[in-house]
Parts: sequence; structure tokens; C-alpha cells
Amino acid sequence: MALAPTLAEEKASSVISPGKIITLRILKFNPKIDEKKKFIEYQVPCEKWTTVLDTILDVKKHLDHSIAVRYSCRQATCGSCGMIINGRPRLACFTKINELDSSVITVEPMNNFPIIRDLVVGFDRLFKTHKKLKPYIISEDSETISTKEFLQTPQEVEKYIQFANCIKCGLCNSVCPTMATDSSFIGPQALAQAYRYVADTRDKGKDDRLKIIDDSHGIWRCHFAGSCSQVCPKGVDPAMGIQLLRGYMLGFRS
Amino acid sequence: MRESIIMKIHYGTALAAVALVAVHILFRLTQNFAESLSYQSVIANYQFLPYAGLLEIILILLSIHGFNGLRVILLELKQGHSYEKAVSYGCIAAMVTVIAYGSRTIFMTSMGMF
Ligand code: HEM
Ligand code: SF4
Ligand code: FES
Repeated sequence: MALAPTLAEEKASSVISPGKIITLRILKFNPKIDEKKKFIEYQVPCEKWTTVLDTILDVKKHLDHSIAVRYSCRQATCGSCGMIINGRPRLACFTKINELDSSVITVEPMNNFPIIRDLVVGFDRLFKTHKKLKPYIISEDSETISTKEFLQTPQEVEKYIQFANCIKCGLCNSVCPTMATDSSFIGPQALAQAYRYVADTRDKGKDDRLKIIDDSHGIWRCHFAGSCSQVCPKGVDPAMGIQLLRGYMLGFRS
Repeated sequence: MRESIIMKIHYGTALAAVALVAVHILFRLTQNFAESLSYQSVIANYQFLPYAGLLEIILILLSIHGFNGLRVILLELKQGHSYEKAVSYGCIAAMVTVIAYGSRTIFMTSMGMF
């Protein structure tokens, strides 16, 4: 029986992070039934690598099945898990408990979106405004039917590629002060996407898109608070996209 | 009017106002405060036509700028077709009224009617 001590020694040589218990406060609210929003607290174990989404799913699995949360990819790619975490909109799957530096974690649904239930909000407005800006390359028929290649130089790609990283998580729209009061405002997400296509050399839809955003609830209702760019988890910088778009409209760019 | 044209006017009036208000302040610095506000001095200023013209232009620029700014604030506050129409026309009417009343003061004073 000389095997066991050797194995045990091997195990002891790997670093084991000290787990801890945190308090997770989840906002519970079903607008169809509840009159008031309320926070429910849960004690959840977490490790160095535990994300906020992990803890919510832990609660859902072991403590309260009824919690509504939307998620899919768990890797900051699908844009489903945006919520307010300790007062700031973030992706739950992309936020580790460790980085929050607090033993109390409060999660709430995003602002400027209608609550469906608990942490799940309705995306109808975001999808509608996104669609309105024609989020696809518009080209002439003669170009799409041929076998033509659409070549771009690295410099041409550089002009829009950052804006193409948008995952439609809606964090930007949730912090925008104009979005909070102007129910017709297009919003930073869709405006940044308008820039993404306008700046693409393959696209011929510039005039169309500029006309759509040149509205009394369009691009001019951005007052450069810049909050959108502060919370974007993908480094899109929608505020800059909006200013670059403005450049076209004020005649600084063509 | 297209929103981009309105906002170009908004920014343009702001820039022009910075320049003209600077001239206005420089004129005022030629006298001390109490002297500047004395009856004779105020009347004399209005009767100096280039200066009265400057005041008139500032009045027009800032009324356009200010009431368009107010329109923007109100449009963001609440939405709805008839509300937005009322805001737009209301702001134009208020702007015209302020310009008309201010111009009346400037014209009458510079013509020596006070
Ligand atoms: C001469 C100096 C001024 C400059 C440089 C200036 C500049 C500006 C600019 C750039 C904006 C747009 C801000 C945005 O879209 O976020 C703005 C908005 C506005 N301005 Fe002025 N302005 C000046 C004077 C005035 C005066 C004297 C008034 C009042 C009569 C006024 C009233 C407004 C209002 C109500 C808004 C709308 C609020 C907003 O959009 O944030 N401004 N101004
Ligand atoms: S711009 Fe950023 S914050 Fe806004 S929806 Fe896209 S990825 Fe999310
Ligand atoms: S679960 Fe997909 S972005 Fe978080």
C-alpha cells in the first residue's frame, strides 16, 4: 500500500484557492403578479474563478428554481446575460466575483429595458432600432450576382472592425441618459452599428442610413455622456462611433 | 426642417454668440459697472448704432439657440405626435415673441423714443 501517500503528495503540490461564501442579492420581480420589487439574499460558495452567472445558476439549481435569468454562451459572445451587478451594467458571465472586491453581490435587471421577470428584460426596442438601421452590407445587384471578390485593405478593415464586435447585449443602451427619458431615441447600440456599416467600403447604404438617423429622435439626441463606451464589454466605443457618424452629417467626412 | 440643419444652426448660433458676446463684454469693460448701468450711459449705448446692431444680433442668435435647446429638452422629456408638434410650434412662437419684444426695446431706444 505505498501508492496512496505518493498520490496525496502530488495533490498537495497543486495550489488550491481558498473558497469563500458570498451573499448574492437577486432582485425578484414579476410585473404581472408583484406590486413591488424585492431583493432576496442567498449565501453562495465561490472560488477564484467563479463568475456572477455561476453563482446565479448555483442558486437556481440548489436554492430557488424560480429565478429567471437569460444566458447562453457563458463566454461574452451571445450578449444574453447583461444585468446590473453592484450598480454597474456588466455581463454576468464575464464578471468574476473576485474582481468585484465585495462579499455582497447585488444583481438587478438592466435599466431602460422593460422587465419580463427578475433579471430578464425585453429586447424588442433594441432589436427594432438595430433592424431599422439596416445592419447588413447593402450593395448593388450587379455586385451580388457576380462571383466578384470584395477586397479590403487592412486600413479599410480597421475603420469599422471594432464596431463589428458588438454582441447586442444592450449594456450601452441601459446606461444612456437619453434612453431613460426619450422612448423614441435610436440609442447608442444601433447608432454604433449604423457607423459600422457606413464606414465599410463594401457598403452602398450610407445615404439611406444617414437619412434614418437624421431625425428628431436620432443621432442629435446624443449629448456625449459617454456612459455607453464605459460599460461596453467588447470595447466597441459606441460614443466614438456616434461622433464619427456626426462627422459625416456635419460635412467633416464623406 | 431636417434635424441636421437645425443642429447646424444650433451649433453655429452658439459659436457666433461666443464671438459677439465677447465683443459685448469688451465694450462693457470700457466703463466700471455702476457707470455702465447709469441711465445716460445705457441710452447712449443704444443710440450708438453699431452697438445696438450687435445687441440685436446677439438677441436673435441666443433666442434661436435657447429656444431650440428648450425644444430639444422637451422632446426628450416626453414623446407623442401632438405633444411634439405643440413643442416645436410653441418654441418657434416663443422665440418670435422674445425676438419681437427685445427688438422693439432696442429699436425704440436707439431711435430716442425713451
Ligand atoms: C455662447 C455660449 C454658448 C455656447 C457655446 C453654447 C453651446 C451649446 C451646445 C454645443 C449645445 C448642445 C449640447 C448638446 O447637444 O448636448 C447647447 C445646448 C443648449 N443651449 Fe447653449 N450655448 C451657449 C449659450 C446658451 C445660452 C445663453 C442659452 C440660453 C438662452 C443656451 C441654451 C441652451 C439650451 C436650452 C440647450 C439644450 C440643452 C442641451 O442640449 O443640453 N445656450 N448649447
Ligand atoms: S455596443 Fe457594446 S455595450 Fe452596446 S450592445 Fe454592442 S457590445 Fe453591448
Ligand atoms: S452568456 Fe453569452 S454573453 Fe454572457
